[in-house]
Amino acid sequence: MFKKTLVGAVAALALSAGTASAQFTDNKVKIGVLTDLSGTYSDLAGQGSVLAAQMAIEDFGGKLNGAPIELVSADHQNKADIASSIARKWYDTEQVDAIFDLVTTAAAVAVREVSREKGRIDMNSGAGSTVLTNDKCSATGFHWTYDVYAMAVGTGNAVVKQGGDSWFFLTADYAFGHDLEAQTAKVVKANGGTVKGSVRHPFPNADFSSFLLQAQASSAKIIGLANAGSDTINAIKQAKEFGITQAGQSLAGLLVFISDVHSLGLDTAQGMMLTTGYYWDRDDASRAFAKRWSEKMKGRMPTMVHAGVYSSVLHYLRSVEKAKTDEGAKVAEQIRTLPIKDFFAVNGKVRADGRMVHDMYLAQVKKPSESKGPWDYYNILRTIPGDEAFKPLADSTCALVKK
Amino acid sequence: MTRQTLFVLVLLVLALAAPFGIYPIFLMKGLCFALFAAAFNLLLGYVGLLSFGHAMFFGWSAYVTAHAAKEWGLTPELAILAGVALAAVMGAVVGWLAIRRQGIYFAMITLALAQLMFFLAVQAPFTHGEDGIQGVPRGHLFGLIDLSDTLTMYYFVLAVFVAALLFLYRVVHSPFGQVLKAIRDNEPRAISLGYQVERYKLIAFVLSASLAGLAGSVKSLVFQLASLADVHWHASGEVVLMTLLGGVGTVFGPTVGAFLVATIQNYFSEAGSWVTIIQGVIFVVCVLAFRSGIVGVLAPFLKKRGIQA
Amino acid sequence: MMTVFGIPAAALFGQLLLGLINGAFYAVLSLGLALIFGLLNIINFSHGAQYMMGAFVAWLLLTYAGAGYWVALAVAPVLVAVVGIIIERTMLSRLYKLDHLYGLLLTFGLALIIEGAFRQLYGISGMPYAVPKELAGGWNLGFMYLPIYRGWVVLASAVLCLGTWFAIEKTKLGAYLRAATENPALVQAMGINVPVMITLTYGFGVALAAFAGVLAAPVYSVNPLMGSNLIIVVFAVVVIGGMGSIMGSVLTGFMLGLLEGLTKVFYPEAASTVIFMVMVVVLLIKPAGLFGKGA
Repeated sequence: MFKKTLVGAVAALALSAGTASAQFTDNKVKIGVLTDLSGTYSDLAGQGSVLAAQMAIEDFGGKLNGAPIELVSADHQNKADIASSIARKWYDTEQVDAIFDLVTTAAAVAVREVSREKGRIDMNSGAGSTVLTNDKCSATGFHWTYDVYAMAVGTGNAVVKQGGDSWFFLTADYAFGHDLEAQTAKVVKANGGTVKGSVRHPFPNADFSSFLLQAQASSAKIIGLANAGSDTINAIKQAKEFGITQAGQSLAGLLVFISDVHSLGLDTAQGMMLTTGYYWDRDDASRAFAKRWSEKMKGRMPTMVHAGVYSSVLHYLRSVEKAKTDEGAKVAEQIRTLPIKDFFAVNGKVRADGRMVHDMYLAQVKKPSESKGPWDYYNILRTIPGDEAFKPLADSTCALVKK
Repeated sequence: MTRQTLFVLVLLVLALAAPFGIYPIFLMKGLCFALFAAAFNLLLGYVGLLSFGHAMFFGWSAYVTAHAAKEWGLTPELAILAGVALAAVMGAVVGWLAIRRQGIYFAMITLALAQLMFFLAVQAPFTHGEDGIQGVPRGHLFGLIDLSDTLTMYYFVLAVFVAALLFLYRVVHSPFGQVLKAIRDNEPRAISLGYQVERYKLIAFVLSASLAGLAGSVKSLVFQLASLADVHWHASGEVVLMTLLGGVGTVFGPTVGAFLVATIQNYFSEAGSWVTIIQGVIFVVCVLAFRSGIVGVLAPFLKKRGIQA
Repeated sequence: MMTVFGIPAAALFGQLLLGLINGAFYAVLSLGLALIFGLLNIINFSHGAQYMMGAFVAWLLLTYAGAGYWVALAVAPVLVAVVGIIIERTMLSRLYKLDHLYGLLLTFGLALIIEGAFRQLYGISGMPYAVPKELAGGWNLGFMYLPIYRGWVVLASAVLCLGTWFAIEKTKLGAYLRAATENPALVQAMGINVPVMITLTYGFGVALAAFAGVLAAPVYSVNPLMGSNLIIVVFAVVVIGGMGSIMGSVLTGFMLGLLEGLTKVFYPEAASTVIFMVMVVVLLIKPAGLFGKGA
């Protein structure tokens, strides 16, 4: 009896508190960047994403609703349970309104669940799997920068057309890796190629020797690397060590970032085809962003994830301003309808499934002789329009898409 | 009413009121850890066996409960029962294998068997490997009480915890428990007195495994997630840490240790590796200078005031 | 193409050879662990962390002192052994009179501290460490291309293990060591400084781990978690080999590598699990381990 009255009293208090501050919870906007600060993906996302978010806040003006915009960040160590606890803690006890970056699909999906439950916004720039805009789609969840479909369509198509028509996959054993392999296999077969086999490696993994040996035994022309970050780098390096590339097989990095090319060096990486959502040297606006970012990041250049975090944070803040509230559902409406204006989202628009569709670019890594200096690594071969790069809305299994 | 009963009642009232001041999810995490540690303490403190693989019961139970609740749609109490049943069976098998040896060998065998279970967890399709089982529904207890409300869930977890602790208390203070302590203190003597020592050890192991499984099952419902971290040997190490820090062989020691470890994790969760370093330091300090743990150190003072901790 | 049980011979031999190389690491690490356990009755849980430190010292020497691989091979084990000796003198030695489990817990705690600290400083993606020029390149063996460096790893490990075994079993110093394991008081009474011997033995065991670390640096990327991934497997090796037996551990280490390689051909996913299955079987049939001398 007493317990019921107590619970009732608490509930009444909570409700009244809710109606009092109708517009902004705790009267300010607080955003969180949840990323991998120390692990396999820390170079392509990590601290650089936190910086990108900081820059977006500054460019927006630093304030909303009269109060400074706050930024928190944390390391989810690529683990779903750590990401989930931090997100829950942020939403429940620190009044965080939206979470960004979220590299690593396992962590991304975990945070998507928590965000959906609490009605808060999550804008993903780091993870790749298409589940985020299909089975796990949400009214307040967005997928901003790239996804494995775009990679498969961009890189897969290009490699097969060049003559790489038999493939063997080396796949990171979690949702992202499986998804990347599946999408690329589809594209290869659609272009008349064959998939000779695949092997799954633990994530993360240091020694690829036995997996590479299996790939070699398959005699496939192309060894598709359905992984990312330091896994891709290690696989490529060890393939060279074991004479696999010298013996005639080629490696296709299905998700390669400029930070990876930098680690590998042009000597090893030259000629590699890859798909990207952003290249720092593509045009003036891209260069301007890169220069500012680079000053604080010891001369490195931003990857598409970093650019995507900047773009998503900026668009979020503009949407909050337009909606005059930080309540998840209302802001999500604005995110979908407000036009996106920045250097990253060229021809960008947000679809019902949460996918931000924008132009992607097919690039090839330069030969050492073609490069004029560090980070001058890509030749952009063609622009892939958003509607071609991303999975058609009609094929989406997202419950929000009306058929 | 004795001092002891008063002491326990005060704790109970505090526990009932706690979620109104402290983040309930944190409290539930503490309670699950505390149950895990209490189960481990049964084996270490009262039987003298150090198991370095207890995470296998905790984690596999979590997986089974998560799967049962999500894929089979079982109500929470049935899902938890499924998890505990698996833990008991695992406990029987692992116990039978490990009890043949003692001391360090026992610890190493449990560690290696736990690794076997870890790799099985990585390979088994239903666990979804690195992604874990996510979006586990909390469901309706007995089909009636909705557990997705945090406060309701907290009281459920608290009830389970109190019940389990009471059960442990009864076990330890029963004739069975006395035999266990005799085995811990002087096994050859116990054998010479005619006790079937192996059987007692095995039963204790199964009980310990089942309660560890209970902790894991409840935890998977609280966080709605079961992942590889639950079966990793770091989790086995953590429960050793909690028990050591709190006080081996004491009633409240594991609970104190568990909440302390949960607090450290909470406080440092955003700073990555510091948690590991601090846990390591605590281990070293405890082993070198502080072997009776916090409650162990406080026990003499409390005893003078009529409280057995 | 020749096939063995339906698998192309090339693939089989290739994986077996890789397995042998992995086995070399298992052998050297379990040698150190068995040595420490044999004499001190302590499970050195920080063995993996000490292996990792060996690799990191090699990387640090290269990055900050410009000292190459061969220098690292000599220097890193000594440096890490010194750290090990400090640990033994200040902390481990206090625990000898207590239940041996405390030694396990202490070294476990130390492993956490060391790994956490390195992880905090260097992240986990790994530091690049190049194969030394003298050992670069490879031989085309027909069924696979063997990088010379990996061949060197097997050779160095085998020589080291044999040398240590010889020293323990066939020399006077080794005899003193073995006697001290059986009856320290008596040996001490004979005028031999047992505590110093114990300290030096621990140091040597740690040096072995660090040496393996330097060997590993060009092969596995130098990262703070490299030890913790291996250590559990090495424990299983030592348990299977027989916890006091030096030769037992070494042979089991190589055998396990081969077994893993074989498993990778037929059922790759089970490769990491097979060691534990073997351990269970061995424990059921011969609890003291394959080469063990009793409970």
